[in-house]
Amino acid sequence: MSKEKQSRTVQTTGHAWDGDIQEFNNPLPTWWLWGFYATVVFAIVYWIFYPAWPIGDDYTKGIGNEIEYTTKDGKTVTTHWNTRALYERDLQEARAVSDKFAASLKDVGYADILKDADKSNYATSAANVLFADNCAGCHQPGGAGLPGHYPSLVDDDWIWGSSYEKVEETIRKGRQGIMPGFSASLKDAQVSDVAEYVLSLSGESVDDEMVKRGQKIFHGDAGCVVCHTKTGQGNIDMGSANLTDQIWTVANINTKSDHDKKLVAVKKIINNGINRSMPAWEKRFTDTEIKMLTLYVHQLGSSN
Amino acid sequence: MSEQTAYVDKRIPVYPRSVKGVFRNLKTAILIFAYGVYFILPWLPWNRETGPSQTVLFDIEDRRFYIFDLVVYAQDIFWLAGFLIIGAFLLFFVTGILGRVFCGYFCFQTLWTDVFIFIERLIQGERNARIKLAKSEWSARKYFLKISTWLAWLLVSFWTGLSFTLYWGEAGQLVIDIFTGQAPFPAYATTLFLTLTTLVMAGLAREQVCTYMCPYARFQGAMFDQDTLVVAYDDIRGERSQARTKPTKENLPHDFRVKNEIGDCIDCGYCVQVCPVGIDIRNGLQYQCISCALCIDACNTMMDTIKYPRGLIKYTSEVQQTNKKHNWFKLKNIGYALALIIVSSVLVSAILNRQGSELHVQQIRQPLYITLSDGYIQNRFSIKIFNKQNKPQDYALITSGLEHARIEVKPSGHFTVESGESVTLNARVSVDPELVKDEQEIFQFVLVNRNSKNRIAVDAQIFLPE
Repeated sequence: MSKEKQSRTVQTTGHAWDGDIQEFNNPLPTWWLWGFYATVVFAIVYWIFYPAWPIGDDYTKGIGNEIEYTTKDGKTVTTHWNTRALYERDLQEARAVSDKFAASLKDVGYADILKDADKSNYATSAANVLFADNCAGCHQPGGAGLPGHYPSLVDDDWIWGSSYEKVEETIRKGRQGIMPGFSASLKDAQVSDVAEYVLSLSGESVDDEMVKRGQKIFHGDAGCVVCHTKTGQGNIDMGSANLTDQIWTVANINTKSDHDKKLVAVKKIINNGINRSMPAWEKRFTDTEIKMLTLYVHQLGSSN
Repeated sequence: MSEQTAYVDKRIPVYPRSVKGVFRNLKTAILIFAYGVYFILPWLPWNRETGPSQTVLFDIEDRRFYIFDLVVYAQDIFWLAGFLIIGAFLLFFVTGILGRVFCGYFCFQTLWTDVFIFIERLIQGERNARIKLAKSEWSARKYFLKISTWLAWLLVSFWTGLSFTLYWGEAGQLVIDIFTGQAPFPAYATTLFLTLTTLVMAGLAREQVCTYMCPYARFQGAMFDQDTLVVAYDDIRGERSQARTKPTKENLPHDFRVKNEIGDCIDCGYCVQVCPVGIDIRNGLQYQCISCALCIDACNTMMDTIKYPRGLIKYTSEVQQTNKKHNWFKLKNIGYALALIIVSSVLVSAILNRQGSELHVQQIRQPLYITLSDGYIQNRFSIKIFNKQNKPQDYALITSGLEHARIEVKPSGHFTVESGESVTLNARVSVDPELVKDEQEIFQFVLVNRNSKNRIAVDAQIFLPE
């Protein structure tokens, strides 16, 4: 046997060009050939059971490969095998799991959800997605807001109140943050005085004279106290900002910038007023979704 | 062209003859040991506090491997790299010195082919009988013998595939599930796939796997040099000046052969008949040779019978054949050994010093810092704690450094983490920017295991507005 093997020399295909140019024949190994046949057989089996051949504007669908799934709207679809349908079926299964959790949140209070690790995990994860899709456009991914435009949700200052009920109300009904502009009723020097006073409330002032004059205007003619209250701490029922803390919700103030710049920023707000609004989400979210978002937003900020 | 051109290289079947001897016994011993380990391991019970009572179990679903007392988690996947590097360098090291011992004694292709040939011989008889049967007309007897051979092969193949599957689930239950149609699809797919590949590779393809498919067989030549042990025919003694000669009454005595310069090889062909890859070792080192040493056994048996000295075919090296001194300590071999020692010690120390708990601290970057109403700057951290021990552990998380900071961890106090589970904590660290010395001050989160009093510390940074 091995004699046969050794006696074998490289053959030629038998063709000859120009009299002496010949072509070597290196035959295929048998196992390779069988591998090739196996792929042919596989292909034919595949054509029978899977979508394969185009026919005009249609194609062969394969046999015995029906996939059934239910869409989000409750429609049941039966179709031949395809990856889109597999994906839809996966989604259907995921919805079944998700719906079960969502249903379990329906009639449960905030405190009870927080006590239950599974429920609060689900609520936070689901709200994370809802937040990214609906809220992050203004409040930014992570909820940091845009200074001067959209309020930050991660700090411990709640313009409209930090209780679950207040946060839920904010999401449901939306908010109108309005402050009138004072450029018409106050002279520029007066605006500067008020701004200096406002800065002094956060421990930022330098000019005591201006502060005194500003205080008078703040508590008197201009009527700032109506919304911001006598102490300057604001009122969560009207969404008026707390002027005594270190957070500047509207004026774009960097804590490290110099006093003049801060003054200019505050003056700009007093002159022009504020007109910010957040839309109502009541009709776009289900009750459960609002509940989950409330929990999520509440825990973004500090709870105190 | 006198003969017809062949476009397909037809395999010439090999019918190896059986042989007795030292190397055959060694191969059989290794075979029995390897089969013992492979087929019995998933069935051996093992006591664990938590987890399955199976010696080796690769639990994909829960992402952990149980290997004796070692539980390997997904995070320890780097050990696999160490293990594979050790495997590779061990192979290179051994090949550099001893040649293809892996191919000849340990490779599963060799082991399973060996078993299949044994079954073949048991049913169809010795080499001559098998050749005769192959050449004979199809008859009831031939059908019976061929079919029963294939059935026996199929049984071994199936048990091979099934045993592999059993490593990935609880063996007892999985076998019941497989036979009652309850097992998951991958179990059937794996079993079927390995049954088929075993049957094809050990039943049909055999030596073609080594000569055509195996990548190691292709590059092992790179590890070879003139000091590497190979199975070789002593052609100086075997041929002498008058070449090998078939024995006659006259030339059989050894003295006569030596005197008349006739080779010691009596050309009995035993070494060719036992070769599982169907080559003639007397033609020198060939790439098909897997160094299984069966030809050594065959030749020695024959030499003993005719009372010639042994060793006409033997383990030797190019250097030894020319009577030079063997050099074991080559730079190449020392390098392989060094790499082997380094990687092994790294892996062993990694396994021995594995932490029972893991603490991961991740800074929340959206936003990186938050100004609070009292002017403090807050950074937030997501902290993951993983318990890799086989008992629930009681932990507490504290911080070290940043004495002036306000630190709020939820859940606060101590908490219990179940074996193999993890928890995620949220930490809010608030500092007075006036008190922070560096703009990115470093402090530590410390995980205290309240059971063992062990501490793990991980560095974290405080970021402030610029």
